[in-house]
Amino acid sequence: MTCKEAQAFMDGYLDRELDLVRSIDLERHLHDCPACAALHQSRLAVRAAMGAGSLRYAAGENLKKKVRLAVAGQDREERRQERKKRRWFHIPWPALAASAAAVAVLMVLWLRPAPNSVENEVVAGHIRSLMANHLMDVPSTDQHTVKPWFAGKLDFAPPVKDLSSAGFPLIGGRLDYIDGHDAAAVVYQRNQHVINVLVWPAAGAHDDRLRASARQGYNVVETVRGGMQYWAVSDLNPAELRQFAELLLAP
Amino acid sequence: MLADTKLARFEQAAMPHFDAAYNLARWLTRSSGDADDVVQEAYLRAFSFFDSFRGGDGRAWLFSIVRNTCYTWLRKNRTHDLMTEFDEALHSGTEQTASPEALQLRRADSEMVKEALEKLPAEFREVLVLREMEGLSYKEIAEISGIAIGTVMSRLARARKRLHDLLTTPASQESTA
Repeated sequence: MTCKEAQAFMDGYLDRELDLVRSIDLERHLHDCPACAALHQSRLAVRAAMGAGSLRYAAGENLKKKVRLAVAGQDREERRQERKKRRWFHIPWPALAASAAAVAVLMVLWLRPAPNSVENEVVAGHIRSLMANHLMDVPSTDQHTVKPWFAGKLDFAPPVKDLSSAGFPLIGGRLDYIDGHDAAAVVYQRNQHVINVLVWPAAGAHDDRLRASARQGYNVVETVRGGMQYWAVSDLNPAELRQFAELLLAP
Repeated sequence: MLADTKLARFEQAAMPHFDAAYNLARWLTRSSGDADDVVQEAYLRAFSFFDSFRGGDGRAWLFSIVRNTCYTWLRKNRTHDLMTEFDEALHSGTEQTASPEALQLRRADSEMVKEALEKLPAEFREVLVLREMEGLSYKEIAEISGIAIGTVMSRLARARKRLHDLLTTPASQESTA
């Protein structure tokens, strides 16, 4: 082994990381070469000065205590965060979804748009007409009495028909006020059921369909015909009310 | 039950190496106050990473965290220490020739070795502390420092050469050593 090789392998040899064959070669070289042996001795001397623990720094007990405290503090913080996260994930999501849906439905019901407010007024007007004993301003079963009565009071002529042969006798008329309009209320009867027909001029288009609905136990039929808005309200059953509406609106 | 908590397991895995961790930090920062800060930071980091520690050698795992915390700290606070990034080629020089050191050290004084060691670049101090004071193998050092085993050996060789030069060179010529 040359000196150059010996020096290249010196550290591996010192650190016991050199393979056995090379270690034996190196030891033979050190035996024969005073210069490399001197280098080896120097290395051993420095190692002796370093290795005996003389150059070690020891941590103070205070630092150890301080670090333990800091780690414990972080542990508490981590567990606190963990609990917080768990609480969040443990929210009963199905229940939450159900209540959110309920709120949404309530909002929709609350915010139901304008058409229903007219329906409300119509039904309220019907109920009021029965409650306050103010069903009719002109009690008459004669369409030729009722129709002219409106003439002086409204700027439109509501249709008034004699449907007594169909079992819907006319019993009178009155003035009402619905949705910001003067309205004609033409009152019919079916057995003991009062039917209020509220009529006012409509800006809306002609409508062939009859829209039926129910509110507070009253049945309502609504349509627009010939520039007139019609609402028929009664506690009569829906089928007969519809039959009445069709008769009333028939040309 | 207590032994099952993360804190208890950490205590078992990391606290036995506290002095060794401090020694490494102290040698890398060369300041007791800074070593205190770095060790505390390293232990807190180790605790946060502890869930990813899969058993095994707690000391090597801890050393690598301490080492990395030290270098991060040095880069932040002691830029002049690391002003010139450690360069293997720059520090390898041409001393690996057939000419052995002129002077043989029959005995080395610990205090002198300490002073000389302080003057070495951080990367040399690192491998010497891990090898000579902690007795770690090349493989362990390679893992802790994130370098190849061959690099560990050559770095140790150059570190020892520099150390020897510092110890055998009169103080007046140290700056050129």
